[in-house]
Amino acid sequence: MDGPVARADGIVKRFGTGAPALDGVAIAIAPGRITGLVGPDGAGKTTLIRLLAGLMAADAGTIEVLGRAPGDARDAIGYMPQRFGLYEDLTVQENLDLYAELRALPRSERAEVFGKLLEFTDLARFRSRLAGRLSGGMKQKLGLACALVKAPRLLLLDEPGVGVDPISRRELWAMVGDLKREGIGVLWSTAYLDEAEKCDCVYLLNAGKLLFEGPPAALTGRVDDRVIRISGFEERRRRFLTEALDRPEVIDGTIQGRSVRLLLREGASFQPPPHATVDLAPPRFEDGFVEILGGGPTGTSRLAERYRTIPETDRPVIEAKGLTKRFGDFTAAEDMRFEIPRGRIFGLLGPNGAGKSTTFKMLCGLLTPTAGTGAVAGFDLRSAAADARAQLGYMAQKFSLYGNLSVRQNLDFFAGAYELSRADAARAIDEALDVFELERVAGRDAGSLPLGFKQRLALACAVLHQPPVLFLDEPTSGVDPVMRREFWTHINGLVEKGVTVLVTTHFMDEAEYCDEVTLIYRAVQIATGTPDDLKADAATLAGLDDPTMEEAFIALIEEHDRAHGVRAEAA
Amino acid sequence: MRLRDAALDARCLRALIAKELAQIARDPSTFLIAFALPLLLLFLFGYAVSLDTTRTRIAVVVQDDSAPALRLAESYRRSPYFEVTMARSLASVRGMMVDGSARGVVVIPQGFGEGVKRRAPPPIQVITDGSQPNTASFVGTYAEGVRQSWAAAEGLGPAPAATGPPIALSPRFWFNPDLRSRYFLVPGSIAIVMTMIGTLLTALVVAREWERGTMEAMMATPISMAEFIASKVIPYFLLAMASMALCTLLAVFAFGVPFRGSILALLAVASAFLMPALGLGLFISASTKNQFVASQIALLTAFLPTFLLSGFIFEIGSMPLPIRIITYAVPARYLIPSLQTVFLAGDYWGLLLPNIGIMLGFGFLFFALSFRVTRRSLD
Repeated sequence: MDGPVARADGIVKRFGTGAPALDGVAIAIAPGRITGLVGPDGAGKTTLIRLLAGLMAADAGTIEVLGRAPGDARDAIGYMPQRFGLYEDLTVQENLDLYAELRALPRSERAEVFGKLLEFTDLARFRSRLAGRLSGGMKQKLGLACALVKAPRLLLLDEPGVGVDPISRRELWAMVGDLKREGIGVLWSTAYLDEAEKCDCVYLLNAGKLLFEGPPAALTGRVDDRVIRISGFEERRRRFLTEALDRPEVIDGTIQGRSVRLLLREGASFQPPPHATVDLAPPRFEDGFVEILGGGPTGTSRLAERYRTIPETDRPVIEAKGLTKRFGDFTAAEDMRFEIPRGRIFGLLGPNGAGKSTTFKMLCGLLTPTAGTGAVAGFDLRSAAADARAQLGYMAQKFSLYGNLSVRQNLDFFAGAYELSRADAARAIDEALDVFELERVAGRDAGSLPLGFKQRLALACAVLHQPPVLFLDEPTSGVDPVMRREFWTHINGLVEKGVTVLVTTHFMDEAEYCDEVTLIYRAVQIATGTPDDLKADAATLAGLDDPTMEEAFIALIEEHDRAHGVRAEAA
Repeated sequence: MRLRDAALDARCLRALIAKELAQIARDPSTFLIAFALPLLLLFLFGYAVSLDTTRTRIAVVVQDDSAPALRLAESYRRSPYFEVTMARSLASVRGMMVDGSARGVVVIPQGFGEGVKRRAPPPIQVITDGSQPNTASFVGTYAEGVRQSWAAAEGLGPAPAATGPPIALSPRFWFNPDLRSRYFLVPGSIAIVMTMIGTLLTALVVAREWERGTMEAMMATPISMAEFIASKVIPYFLLAMASMALCTLLAVFAFGVPFRGSILALLAVASAFLMPALGLGLFISASTKNQFVASQIALLTAFLPTFLLSGFIFEIGSMPLPIRIITYAVPARYLIPSLQTVFLAGDYWGLLLPNIGIMLGFGFLFFALSFRVTRRSLD
């Protein structure tokens, strides 16, 4: 193998005063390999990629691309930024033409290169379509094609797989695999930890620091034989997880369908409860990450301990009865049907643009359904949307609090918005500050907090009025696994108290926490059931052994397409 | 993006401009600003907005049948400033004042002729609409003016008592002899249109590249910053010139505005103004990187000053000194007199050249600033 196509050493990059975005990071990208740049949002991945692309200058350290400064090697770098860098008001062909001109691809070679790229990306049929009217997956492929017009030696991909449907993502991996065989050095950045396992070599970034470098197996190897899966207790798995996490020998644990997956401390052994089955589970990249970060939080949620117990009821707490939303001749969601009983977590799972948010907004009473009805906590969405809204706590995707108000002011605001009395509000806010350990930062602007604190604050605001129903919109995508554990510890605790939770996500890991999920694809529900049932269905359909949630999703989409004719191209 | 920033490669530039033109052609809002807005502005300034003093509707109530009274009433009727409705009684015109069909009433009282005979005409009464103070004072002053002309023609001394003026003023206005505000408003609206295209539209399109992440992708290709900036400047320069030409043609052929200078002078003045306009647009977008903020700043720093501080609507000479000083920093201040010169006077290069020089100077400043900001942008 030749020397690396790109190399960076001792990179420091600061923005403003706070902690540096990159702090002494070193990386080497080998030709003919996929190098993964893995880490949660805010870890410094994009900054490092921009430095390698020569779009910024580092404060300290050296960067070399093909032996030159990155700014002088642009003709050898293919770069796909997070939003693909396409002109949405130009057609597919015009975008390709533009990049071909800018990268000085000789006219004589153009027909051949375009032909190859269009075939490679399967976009030949859409040459005259405006890029803005392509689906997310097709945009991503066109972005890749534009980055490839002048066969680069270094290909930088900034989170190419985020939010696109799993089939497109799998196709993208296959395409990048081909490039790798042509000898291109590929840097693939991602917040999805499962993608890390597919890379040849991984750099794990967290808060600007390099935590690990090497083949992914070297990280998972550190936790070999320490990951166990315990099953056979059905309904009590959440309580069992809470107890297990409180034990000293367990450093991490998650719910996985009907089982519980535990990561044990080095050298520790675990005494399983009677009747339970214990298997050794294959370790994942995420286990290694959590291990490096020093383990997850303990299992008892202080939030749940103080939460009121939601009264029992026989009726479903959330009901969707044929909810349909059309915008003009475009159907955003069609005939959504599900019932969620008290104390359950239900997931709407699907890629961006599939119709999750539309369904979600109809259930919140923010969109009026074109057809169908629904109810939240017994209030009909058509006749009592405001009453229904009063019953739910809502935590929006990303950070939707007021960034220029302090933590306390945000809490005050939400207490007011939920019409808590002055005394109740004061008590609820003091409790929230205590439970979420926010006292120390109570006076700081919410926008200036680290991601983890923002997330705690968002949850604190959503549950101030102790609602019986919680709506979570991609609550933990992109956050580090320890923060994600902490978040789900609270949610699991609340569910034990009888809170009913609706989650939307394109993040397969989050689906595992759900009692039941429904897969939404192109505005329709293609399958509904427990994660284990869906995986079992997929295993039969595709002949897979122990599929992941993502593999199950792909198998079910393909089955759906088979049943409804060829995969419709006009998404 | 360092030393090669100044390089211009014809192939890259051509590709970028082709892309820009395709985007312009597909964006209806560009056409609205470049072609519909000029039409709207010209229509407004050509017909609807008039700063002229002609033709205010009044009623003249003649309560006396004598010849002098009728001659005075006739003077009002013939005055170019008034459109007169004749009436016999005040009561009959009360309704016209209420519904606004008359802005004033001149009452020539009974016994007026008798008074003239005695060379002591009784005062006439002028009633004005106090809810419109400007029009009211205008009606008062002009009604008195008409009366004075009449008195002079009758051989009466200027009433009530003063002696005749030793010097008679006979005003004559050069260049716009009829004092038609349309003649200077229409060329002025060219300044507005070029500001909208040069600054606002340019600011929006560059900010859009930042917002949509395409700027980042462009910067990662081997193009130089100079090529990128030129690819934004050239199409919008051409668009602004096309829009200017449309305005000029409409002004001359539809509104009858005289065009006494040469096309060369017009092109020189307009091109010189577009340098600071485009430069400011680039600078705003490169420093804000956000379409909303860019549009707000463009409105505040380009559109409003062009409107208010350029001498377009408000005369600079009558502004308080501190504001007059500020106007020197408004590029349009140098455009408006130049355009008015080209349209209404002719090619007076002695006046045009210094203005062109100053506008180019502002242009250089803004371009230098945008280069500085764009280069260090991703940091």
